Amino acid sequence: MLVSEGVAAAPPRESAFQRMMANGQLKMVLIFVPPAILIFTVFVILPMIQAGLFSPYKWSGYGPVPWALNEDTGRTFGRWIGTTNFERMMSHSAFKQSLVNTLLVIGVSIAIQLPLAMTLALMIYRSSRINTVFRLIFFLPYVMAEVATGLIFSFVLDGNYGLSRSFADLMGWEKAFFPLAEKPWAFYCILGVIVWKYFGFHMMIFIAGLQSISSEVLEAAKIDGAKTLQSVFLIKLPLLWPSITISVFYAVLGGLQVFDLVMPMTAGGPSNSSHTLVSYLYNFGFIRLNIGFGSAVGVFLFVVGVAFAFLYRNTVQRGQ
Amino acid sequence: MISWKEVGRIATLLFVSSLILIPLSATVLGGFKTTGEMRVSPFGWPREWITEVYVEILRDPQFWTYLWNSLVISLLTVFLTLILGSMAAYAFAQAKFFGANFLYSYLLLGLMFPFAAAILPLFLTVRDMGILDTPWGVILPQVAFGLAFSIMFFRTFFKQMPDELFEAARVDGCGYIRFFFLFTLPLSTPILATIATFVFVQSWNNYLLPLIMLNDRDGYTWTLGAMDYRGEYSWAWNRTLAFVSATLAPAVVFFLAAQKYIVAGLTGGAVKG
Repeated sequence: MLVSEGVAAAPPRESAFQRMMANGQLKMVLIFVPPAILIFTVFVILPMIQAGLFSPYKWSGYGPVPWALNEDTGRTFGRWIGTTNFERMMSHSAFKQSLVNTLLVIGVSIAIQLPLAMTLALMIYRSSRINTVFRLIFFLPYVMAEVATGLIFSFVLDGNYGLSRSFADLMGWEKAFFPLAEKPWAFYCILGVIVWKYFGFHMMIFIAGLQSISSEVLEAAKIDGAKTLQSVFLIKLPLLWPSITISVFYAVLGGLQVFDLVMPMTAGGPSNSSHTLVSYLYNFGFIRLNIGFGSAVGVFLFVVGVAFAFLYRNTVQRGQ
Repeated sequence: MISWKEVGRIATLLFVSSLILIPLSATVLGGFKTTGEMRVSPFGWPREWITEVYVEILRDPQFWTYLWNSLVISLLTVFLTLILGSMAAYAFAQAKFFGANFLYSYLLLGLMFPFAAAILPLFLTVRDMGILDTPWGVILPQVAFGLAFSIMFFRTFFKQMPDELFEAARVDGCGYIRFFFLFTLPLSTPILATIATFVFVQSWNNYLLPLIMLNDRDGYTWTLGAMDYRGEYSWAWNRTLAFVSATLAPAVVFFLAAQKYIVAGLTGGAVKG
């Protein structure tokens, strides 16, 4: 009797494992999990690791990896150049400009776009037919492809047509004004279009947050004599803090990746003044098939993005 | 009695709406104007409605090829993301196995990734697999990048499902795998629709990946086609605008119809009305 009890009390892990075997859970896990892990590893994780490994090389992408031996030439496909790629990148004026531009995108998103989105959200978060119509209109730019948006605005801002032309006529200028071909203006236009395109997205996040505030809290405040602005700043905004932190997170991570809008509007020009980090990477890494250099830019982008995400999650978003 | 506050509110909303709708209406109307009229009145109502530009685009087989390619890529991306994501999430939600937490955190790394950072090695990976210039070169990376967020959403949803159903099915001899396909998936339509819509929008609008992976004009998605068209007819805005309108119209109608799901996907919760 004692012996059989001893068997029943076998080590817990083994019995859990045996139970999984017996009821088919293990089989399910072995069939269900590996495909996702495999595809994620091959197309997301390995390329990022490779970017790190390729970044100290000068390499055109010919051959399997830069450190493999090319039997025709007797040398490796790529050439080890240490930190040169990073140094070149850091001292490249176009890169510095693209970094400034990316920071501008993030700054404008947080300082202009989010307050605008919040103001509009406060105006239309209550359910009514007319509010639903406005919500649809404001959300429209977000669902349009960036490329289409960029093409539309390169028309609107074209000096011979569009808004820019009407403006020049209004001011009585003899010569047409091409904002997308003028140095500081080109990127300011892109910033404007970014606000135009994404404020509806943030507005929707805020609306969802506002709708989840219980009406009793607001009723109670009203009975206590709170004015509209008081209830906004003392009740709604503090209760919306989780939504605001999500919005800021998207604004920063999205701002780091702006590319699709830049291509149709300016393609980085004039004279590389309107690049973002990603369009810089595309232009100086991919177009020129400079894999090592592009990888170095990619590593920079990765470090900035992950460092931000990590710090943000562990400070601002802590406990949410 | 309408208050001044209400008047101010509506006026502000109408003003913002006009900032959105005027460029869009100019785009749609632009396709009905001649190049000459485009110069004179870019935003106005067409004096004379010419339909040739639209008709020419809609008759162009290349235009339909672009749309078809985008559709195929988007639908396959959606299908694979849903099936792979829901399967993995089900395992994470149902089974406690060795390394489950580690693998789950590993997949969630995909959420904090600036996706463009690894685009060059990704291009080489796709090239070395021999799927460059095929739809798979766009589909598989898109699926990989969509997995993180879809698994997170699926897992939350599956965890909220009642266990009683599964226990009843087990008694009748139904295993995990059969249960998943026969009951879990059919009962998960809200979350499937949310993720499907979200993934579809992302894929349909994607530009960077097709730009890198597709070289052959016959394999172009519509975003690449639109950029090509702009380059080819840079002198004729009415053509580009007509092209953009013709591609945006079906998409915008679909997206607005599915907006509830897109927003639910963004906020991780339901949005009322």
